[in-house]
Amino acid sequence: MMAWLMAGLLFTPLAWAVMSLMAGFRAGWRLAWLGMAVQGLVSVLLWLAIADQGGFYYALGDWPAPLGIELRVDGLAVTFILLTATVATACGLHAGVYLDPDKPWQRYFWPLFWFLWAGLNAVWLGADLFNLYVGLELISLSAVGLVALGGAGDALRASLRYLLAALVGSLFYLLGVALIYGQFGTLSLGGVAQLAEDHTALAGAGIALALMLAGLALKTALFPLHGWLPPAHGIAPSPVSALLSALVLKASFYIAARLWLALGETQGSYGVAQLAGALGAAAVLWGSWMACLQPRLKQVVAYSTVAQVGYLFLLFPLTWQVSDQISQQAQEGMTLQVISHALAKAAMFLAAGNLVLSTGSSKVEDLAGVGRFLPFSLFSFGLAGVSLMSLPPSGGFAAKWLLLQATIGSGQWWWALVLIAGGLLSAAYVFRIYRASFQEASGQDDFHHPPRRLEAIPMALALLSLGLGLAGEPVLAIMGLPFEEDG
Amino acid sequence: MAEDFWLNPWLLVMALATSMVAALGIFMLPEERHGLRTTLNLGAAALKLVLVIVMVWGVFQGLEYQLSFTMLPGIEFELKADSLSMMFAGLSSVLWLLTTAYAVGYLENSPNRSRFFGFFSLCVASTTGIALAGNLFTFFLFYEMLTLSTYPLVVHRGTAKALKAGRSYIIYTLSGGAVFLLGMAWLYAETGTLDFAPGGVVEGEPTPVLAAIFVLLVAGLGVKAALFPLHGWLPQAMVAPAPVSALLHAVAVVKAGAFGIVRVISDVFGMGFANEAGLLLPLAGLAAFTILFGSVRALFQQDLKRRLAYSTISQVSYIILGICLAGPLGMVGGLVHLLHQGIMKITLFFCAGNYAETLGVHRIDELDGAGPRMPATSVAFTIGAFGMIGTPPLAGFITKWTLGLGSLEAELPWVVAVLLASSILNAAYFLPIVHRLWFRARSDAWPEEVRWGRLETLSWLLWPPVLTAVAVVLIGVFAAVPFSPLSWAELVVNREYRP
Amino acid sequence: MTPHLLYAFTGLLLFVTGLFGMIALDHLLRKLLALNLMGSGTFLVLVGLAQHRNGVDPVVQALVLTGIVVAIAATALGLVLIRRYYHLSGRSSLEPDTNDEAGP
Repeated sequence: MMAWLMAGLLFTPLAWAVMSLMAGFRAGWRLAWLGMAVQGLVSVLLWLAIADQGGFYYALGDWPAPLGIELRVDGLAVTFILLTATVATACGLHAGVYLDPDKPWQRYFWPLFWFLWAGLNAVWLGADLFNLYVGLELISLSAVGLVALGGAGDALRASLRYLLAALVGSLFYLLGVALIYGQFGTLSLGGVAQLAEDHTALAGAGIALALMLAGLALKTALFPLHGWLPPAHGIAPSPVSALLSALVLKASFYIAARLWLALGETQGSYGVAQLAGALGAAAVLWGSWMACLQPRLKQVVAYSTVAQVGYLFLLFPLTWQVSDQISQQAQEGMTLQVISHALAKAAMFLAAGNLVLSTGSSKVEDLAGVGRFLPFSLFSFGLAGVSLMSLPPSGGFAAKWLLLQATIGSGQWWWALVLIAGGLLSAAYVFRIYRASFQEASGQDDFHHPPRRLEAIPMALALLSLGLGLAGEPVLAIMGLPFEEDG
Repeated sequence: MAEDFWLNPWLLVMALATSMVAALGIFMLPEERHGLRTTLNLGAAALKLVLVIVMVWGVFQGLEYQLSFTMLPGIEFELKADSLSMMFAGLSSVLWLLTTAYAVGYLENSPNRSRFFGFFSLCVASTTGIALAGNLFTFFLFYEMLTLSTYPLVVHRGTAKALKAGRSYIIYTLSGGAVFLLGMAWLYAETGTLDFAPGGVVEGEPTPVLAAIFVLLVAGLGVKAALFPLHGWLPQAMVAPAPVSALLHAVAVVKAGAFGIVRVISDVFGMGFANEAGLLLPLAGLAAFTILFGSVRALFQQDLKRRLAYSTISQVSYIILGICLAGPLGMVGGLVHLLHQGIMKITLFFCAGNYAETLGVHRIDELDGAGPRMPATSVAFTIGAFGMIGTPPLAGFITKWTLGLGSLEAELPWVVAVLLASSILNAAYFLPIVHRLWFRARSDAWPEEVRWGRLETLSWLLWPPVLTAVAVVLIGVFAAVPFSPLSWAELVVNREYRP
Repeated sequence: MTPHLLYAFTGLLLFVTGLFGMIALDHLLRKLLALNLMGSGTFLVLVGLAQHRNGVDPVVQALVLTGIVVAIAATALGLVLIRRYYHLSGRSSLEPDTNDEAGP
């Protein structure tokens, strides 16, 4: 049973990628329905299985590591797999209607989409550093391709910039992996952590950790390495922006977090932890501030991603040499932040896409009067905004609450101020959009109504991110399931 | 069987859901379905009133409704109906029904009504949630929801002025919410609980940390309660349509802040603890200052709604002042004013809206001779104004009398002086209006007069202020009857002091 | 110093050179080549360090092979994008975004 689930999880995206390569956009779209259904089903079943039995290691095709691929299936990984299935399905359904099937280059959407999905699943499950690298590259290359689907010169410039940044980031990471392997002779994350605990005084491991974290920070668009993100996320077609902001960034952060949790305690230092936190804080403030200034709607949302990603890096100071309970709170808060941001940001990008579609302009100021004509999409945008502003009962609030508890508990109250200020700043840019749309329009009265499905999908995602806070406890219970060695 | 029915905790959920479902339904309705929307609105309001009355009866019998589930480790979503929450829930459900009826008339033939009534219902749902919140977290949840759902109402007209007011409203209230959140998180880290309990949950010796938490919580709530110097948003928010102003001032926003302060003092910190820690006297001083400050500012306003707004700033602080007297009588005075002020102020706002809608009058100096033209409205206004001043036997007199007794009981005679000064100021800014209404003759035409057939104005607009004005008289005259605001406030205080 | 370690240091040198080129050069093709240089440097470090420690190691060789495949894919994608970009905009460098305010 489990073998089937794992195979289904990893091979459907690859198989579908190959099949859709041979089909056009329309055929790929019909094919995608089936693929998304299979993925959704497998993810739910796997999640239920883990909830029932706890986590385990899985050697793909019974080939043991290091040459074979070993997967680590635990509560956190299945939660992210399920999240990926949810968000990717939503974006896929949206894209099938949203994208113009008559543009010749759109036929590459489906293959790239499926490769991206495969890469994401590989990263959530990866248990050794090199496979994580391969997964990360698979994600980056397909993401770059998806950004280029915008077609115009600007889109290509953005995607090239993205490509260069992503590759440099990956190479930094790989160099770190090389140092680790040279040092410890193993690539398994668990093994490395074990060895690092035994010889604490290895300078090489510290440098390796710093290199890997720097590379991953570049790929996660941590301030001040975020320059590539707003053009890429702003210019891509909306479903693509949603995928990128919701999932792709999280993959590199996920690896950084797992590295830090495994190695940070022994190889990190107070300075590194605080620096990561400080850059995260700067990202929160700078990203929100820039979001307030952007003239284009999707750029606002893209800068908001820069800001929201900043919160994630507070994980570093909040888990370094603190009590287990506080570290637990910080990790739970961070996971909830990842999930709620993924749902809310996907909802927001999709809703923004609808708004742009209906006003025929990407400018914030042209939203005047849209409140009267497109309240549904605007409402989805607003609900997603509630989660970004981390107001209750959203998942964003639950995350912030746990983080606040962790900051107060560990005595690092300055991060609490960042959390509070970040919430207010995000309110500033979200309300900027409301304000524009509540304005009574003098000129334009000509709004295009997008199809119902395009409006329903962001609403569903926004409601999920809002409801996450209400269901915080059961979700956390599955996520934190004790991990059984060789179960 | 009957017992089970009365105790059914789902009553709580239904009381919340009536307005929530109504909101969803209204959002879904096409703009032009006026009849259906009005039915839905009034039906939900009436149903909610019935549910609340059932619960009031249950609570009176000594039952306690409670419902909770865990959201996060250690964080419960909890609804609870105790005597204090029924006070606020009762106020909001009665006034929701009246304000909805009023708003139907007021917004006739204006655009975006689906949006308006949808958010209006959400706003009332939040208010009910605030009333029924069983712990600080649930309170905060609905408190923020209230902020979000009132924003579209404030900016409803979409003019530059409305948008500016909305901006200032949202900056004030969200900052207040953020400060409150910080206080709440800190409180949880210190005490490990966010529950409300009679007599408070904070234990041990007063510490500077607890004092800081108290200051954060009260400052966060003080924004909505328009406590000086956090009151700036309120006069600006007057650009909103009259039913919204009425709701903001009488029920939802300012009362949510005041109610929150009552909860924090009596059910989180505990009156005794807060008093021993020396936290109440400075707050009482601030409230007293706000009372005088609001009244003085009101004197200088020429716009009718702005004068009423400053009057609100002043009057809401009576509630806070009453609580801060730290004695049973003071608390009765404060609590009873929660209801009295609500009913009196909503009367005045309804009337102001009627003058604006029927005669096009917004400024006080244009009101000359409005009394003979609109007798019913003007009588209602006059009753409300005299109530505010504190003329016996109207509702406001009961408040001021009880507060006065409370301050003597607490041995703070300066509070009596504040009350007297405030009453004189109230008279100074209300009596000229009354004088203009009745004793000045009209020389020129009304700015924008609209005729509505036989009645002086549309009947949707006329009945709500008349009913509330009658209520102002009745709750003053029959203050000693069971279920009157005064008796209920005494019940609350009795239970609080002898749990 | 073993020859393996020499490889590793050469790799590091290549990595740094590539990084410098990546930042300093303007032309997109040069940037792509610089990236390849960084990649090759990394592979050298990977093989050199590991073999310095453990002797001949089949695992790293497998890893580097995989890495090369990934690098080829990335380079190919980069080339396609650069060509298309040149085709559409007539430019071969990522100039500061001066004119991206045009059009919706």
